[in-house]
Amino acid sequence: MHELPVIQSILNIIVKHASMHRVKKVHSIGLSVGTLSDLEEEWMQKYFDHLSAGSVAEGARLRIEWVPAVLSCEECGNRFELDKTRMDGITCPACGKKKFSLVSGREYHIKDMEAE
Amino acid sequence: MMAEIQLIEIKEEILSDNKKEAENLRKLLKDRKTFLLNLMSSPGAGKTTLILKTIERLKDRLRIGVLEADIDSVVDAEKVAKVGIPAVQIRTGGFCHLDASMVMRGLDAFDLSSLDLVIIENVGNLVCPAEFDTGAIRNAMILSVPEGDDKPLKYPLMFSVCDVLLVNKVDYLDMSDFDMQALYARVRTLNPKISIIETSSKTGQGIDAWSEWLEREVKAFFA
Repeated sequence: MHELPVIQSILNIIVKHASMHRVKKVHSIGLSVGTLSDLEEEWMQKYFDHLSAGSVAEGARLRIEWVPAVLSCEECGNRFELDKTRMDGITCPACGKKKFSLVSGREYHIKDMEAE
Repeated sequence: MMAEIQLIEIKEEILSDNKKEAENLRKLLKDRKTFLLNLMSSPGAGKTTLILKTIERLKDRLRIGVLEADIDSVVDAEKVAKVGIPAVQIRTGGFCHLDASMVMRGLDAFDLSSLDLVIIENVGNLVCPAEFDTGAIRNAMILSVPEGDDKPLKYPLMFSVCDVLLVNKVDYLDMSDFDMQALYARVRTLNPKISIIETSSKTGQGIDAWSEWLEREVKAFFA
């Protein structure tokens, strides 16, 4: 739902790095995004194509690596992946307790870009 | 000559500009001794009414201002201004959330040094506001009983970023099959430290407890 400001930030960072490395064309951009974000891949690319038109990153492809949401049990420290479709009655597979903290799943990183 | 494609490492956080802006805002707030509360919920959960009730309880002890965010109306700011509280309306112009720079611009319209507490009424939405740090000192959310007890399953991020949850419109409990125990369990699964307060702006239930929570947080921030 909020792809626009996120994509605008991505583009700003890419343009900055493109000028730092004096590249003429960005071919692809590697992102890692947590699965807890509600971003949608198809829309991200559409917004990117729209915003990047005329820039050094025009036509670049977004390569998105989705980072799973991982919970850590507050009781025993066991870590396990959260299944977003089965959020109800989650218990720790190791000790059966029900309190967790979130280890990953909120990532919003730019990893790299392919450019010439 | 063939063009050479190179892989360039970037390793930057996408929303780092917003995070920096939010940290700057928190420093400014510490400096001016103004506590900023970010209040989030779905549309219609009762944010504006609850803010008015909170003002009633606290206005003799704290100097309060309200920052109203709305996609395109000024209705809420007018309600708040009516009770004699400084209110600023930010029209987000279609944006589904507030970010730290929008809040910073909104706060410019206040004289912060004359305010102890500013409440942000964020855009009614359980998705986007959860992703953007507004620079607030504490995040609060309202879930109203008619929305159902399954919302933490659908919007886990929102429930995990809040310091306090107000379960509002508890006067509707008799008319619904809302399972309060199940709600507590679902919320605490992802956020064991969250405070949960059951409220009704209509009957007044829990408004004291909520006002006390807020006043305690404000005092702790000033200490």
